[in-house]
Amino acid sequence: MNDTSLPDAAPHDTRPLVLSLSGITKRFGPLTANDHIDLDIRAGEIVALLGENGAGKTTLMSILFGHYVADEGTVHIADADGQLAPLPGGSAEAALKAGIGMVHQHFALAENLTGFENILLGTLPLWSLAPRRGAARSKIERLMAESGLAADLDVPVAQLSVGEQQRIEILKALYRDVRVLILDEPTAVLTPQEADGLAATVRALAGKGLAVIFISHKLHEVLALCERVVVLRGGAKVADRPTAGSNRASLAELMVGRAIPPRERPPSTPGAPILSLRAVDVGAPTQRDRLEGASLEVRMGEIVGIAGVSGNGQGALAALVAGLAGAHAGEVTINGAPVTRADPAARIAARVGRIPEDRHRDGTIGALSVAENYVLETIAAPENQGAGILKRAAIRVRAAQAIAAYDVRCPGPDAAIRALSGGNMQKVVLARVLEREPLLVLAHQPTRGLDIGATTDVHRRLLAARARGAGVLLISEDLDELFALSDRIAVVHAGHLSPAMESEGLDVRTVGLMMAGHAADEAA
Amino acid sequence: MIRFIPRERTPVWLTVAVPVGAGLVALLLTSIPLMLAGAPVLEALVLMAKGAAGNGFALAETLTRATPLIFTGLAAAVAFRAKLWNIGAEGQLYAGALATVAVGAGLIEAPAYVLVPLVLIAAALAGAALLLVPVLFKTRFGADEVVVTLLMNFIVLLFVQMMLEGPMKDEMGMGWPQSAPVLDEATLPKLVMGLRLHWGLVLAVLAASGLHVFINRTVWGFRIRAVGENARAARYAGLPVGKAMALVGLISGGLAGLAGASEVAGLKGYLTSDLSPGFGYAGIVVATLANLSPLGVIPSAIFIAGVFVGADSMSRAIGVSNYLADLVVAFSLLSVLVGGLLTRFRIRFVRRETA
Repeated sequence: MNDTSLPDAAPHDTRPLVLSLSGITKRFGPLTANDHIDLDIRAGEIVALLGENGAGKTTLMSILFGHYVADEGTVHIADADGQLAPLPGGSAEAALKAGIGMVHQHFALAENLTGFENILLGTLPLWSLAPRRGAARSKIERLMAESGLAADLDVPVAQLSVGEQQRIEILKALYRDVRVLILDEPTAVLTPQEADGLAATVRALAGKGLAVIFISHKLHEVLALCERVVVLRGGAKVADRPTAGSNRASLAELMVGRAIPPRERPPSTPGAPILSLRAVDVGAPTQRDRLEGASLEVRMGEIVGIAGVSGNGQGALAALVAGLAGAHAGEVTINGAPVTRADPAARIAARVGRIPEDRHRDGTIGALSVAENYVLETIAAPENQGAGILKRAAIRVRAAQAIAAYDVRCPGPDAAIRALSGGNMQKVVLARVLEREPLLVLAHQPTRGLDIGATTDVHRRLLAARARGAGVLLISEDLDELFALSDRIAVVHAGHLSPAMESEGLDVRTVGLMMAGHAADEAA
Repeated sequence: MIRFIPRERTPVWLTVAVPVGAGLVALLLTSIPLMLAGAPVLEALVLMAKGAAGNGFALAETLTRATPLIFTGLAAAVAFRAKLWNIGAEGQLYAGALATVAVGAGLIEAPAYVLVPLVLIAAALAGAALLLVPVLFKTRFGADEVVVTLLMNFIVLLFVQMMLEGPMKDEMGMGWPQSAPVLDEATLPKLVMGLRLHWGLVLAVLAASGLHVFINRTVWGFRIRAVGENARAARYAGLPVGKAMALVGLISGGLAGLAGASEVAGLKGYLTSDLSPGFGYAGIVVATLANLSPLGVIPSAIFIAGVFVGADSMSRAIGVSNYLADLVVAFSLLSVLVGGLLTRFRIRFVRRETA
């Protein structure tokens, strides 16, 4: 391995150090999650932290943020005078006070409070709320104007889209005058325009001396935004080098430890329509995430992508196809048969394979085993039961086969699925859905939060389903993913679904503008 | 400073050690009021153990007391597994008891091998029907089953009192508000001559084993576990959530009803409105102590029963209040709830570092 022998980033850098981790080691039982990691970050630096799920990024950030205590090693952070002082371990309060802010991939917002209240939460003593609200408000509005992070501050967070919730999270960190800002997958749910806006914000903030740790799986963003990249693999630091001179392929290879084959979408001839929507309404008019007069056709052997910022109607579309919702108006057919009621079991019987957006809440049952989750949808099938008695041995055998076929990293079929990483959990869902050779596959944000290895795997499986002749409805906020996989792309905004456009020759910027509400001709 | 670190998996020994430890801690905590009452603590605890299991007679008495607790413990365990918070086992027990005397006290004359099963079925159906109402309210209208089942307990008890004062009052009962005795053919036989221990215990153990198999080995048991652990994902996967809940309601209510049948047909012989000293509520403690495991309910119920029987005998011997038994039971519940933290988290004591 010659990566580590490369020169470290700019040893002659004169900017002051704000954060210095040395020899950080953390073990969970037999697993070494962090193995003697050293990391120095200077004021105004934007550093990418890369690594597969399980590489130790989250553990390292949790140690920095006081959620875990390192077994070995020290964290030093600059105080107000720029002097490095040790940061007491295991105290989130101390980390916050020292100026470390983090925007988590899974938001930490109080859903019943407004965005404004969430930003203020924990920053003011209760009795002085009223007098300082005005000042806080103007500070937040200034931050919003500077950063371009627009969000409705005055409605409960639960009513905001995922994208808006994340913007509130970023504002919350900015509001606390952080010195080190950690962004965990910050652009996963933003439109390209919003992501550009965020990048500009991050650059501007860095220009003022903020140190930024940027965690992302989108390597082109990392290359465009960050000046230095740190790669973790298997708990150890395998590279720490300037981004200049790196490219996507080399970074991906560093992360995974092997070369990543490029994705290929061979041409295919679509067959008969498998899913057809004609002027369909889903969800009450008062609902935020609803569809109005949506028409769409997914044919066998093609992947149709749905682009859009979440909360604009793709949730309603997914609920309709998954069987959680019915259509109020219009006509829906699956494989030629009309679909009327909300009935998940009927969709499964109609050979619709459904990959839900939220694998923790909808896709898996954490306390049940991998094997039990694998047979969740087919428990009543004769291969899983006889006379109401579970065929436990047969279930275990087939689950073990699926674990091998889908390369699920887990202790075995009897392990509780909640002990698995997100990527491995998703592999179990994929195995459950795809092993039944569905005619239609609903993939709702199938790679959200997954690393490159797992994402590649999901993409390969979806393309294989397409090659087999299944129609795939891919709902994603990741435009790279949509353009790489989809034969046609439709955009959803404010409940309206655009006609599906051939993805070949389609401009990413056009789709981005349509996601923001501009009409297709206007956008072009 | 104490830190809680989530465990990735719970070691098997802990799932046994926690309830056992909780029981011991509860006994330790009970020494404090014992000391305050001026009683010799060690002697009191020894007397309690002797009273619960010191000889065959004491042990039989403990097992007799454990019998209804196994049924109500199972009722709570199966319901709580599905996140159906049935607090109404007390009412369902009385419904079962009422059905037992309604069927078994002269309505039908038949040989024991017909009448005993008939009585048991009637009691189970009565308990099941009583719980089905709040379950349907919950699944159809979103009514909180905690409130409904809890309040129904009082309604049922008042109804029982009305029946015992009125239509079901024993004409030969010298004016006492009690039902006519169940026929000999409807009586659960004694297990050992001369002791109060009866076949209800065998039924309770069979019910626990049956429930264990049902929950872990059958399709419907699987569905119930799935719905209880994550109803959203169960619905997404097309599982019949409403039917699973209704089934849980029927099983839980039925088991609580059997507790009533076992007490009337096995022990008391007739129904009074003080049949149960809170067996329905104690079942919740039993189930929690057993970590909602049907087989675990058996030792758990025996422990709680032993505490009641032992404390009774101890309080008589050294003249302290037998409310101490309630105290031990309450401490056990609290200890096991705290102990539950141990199964989910690793606890580390960390020196607070100075900033």
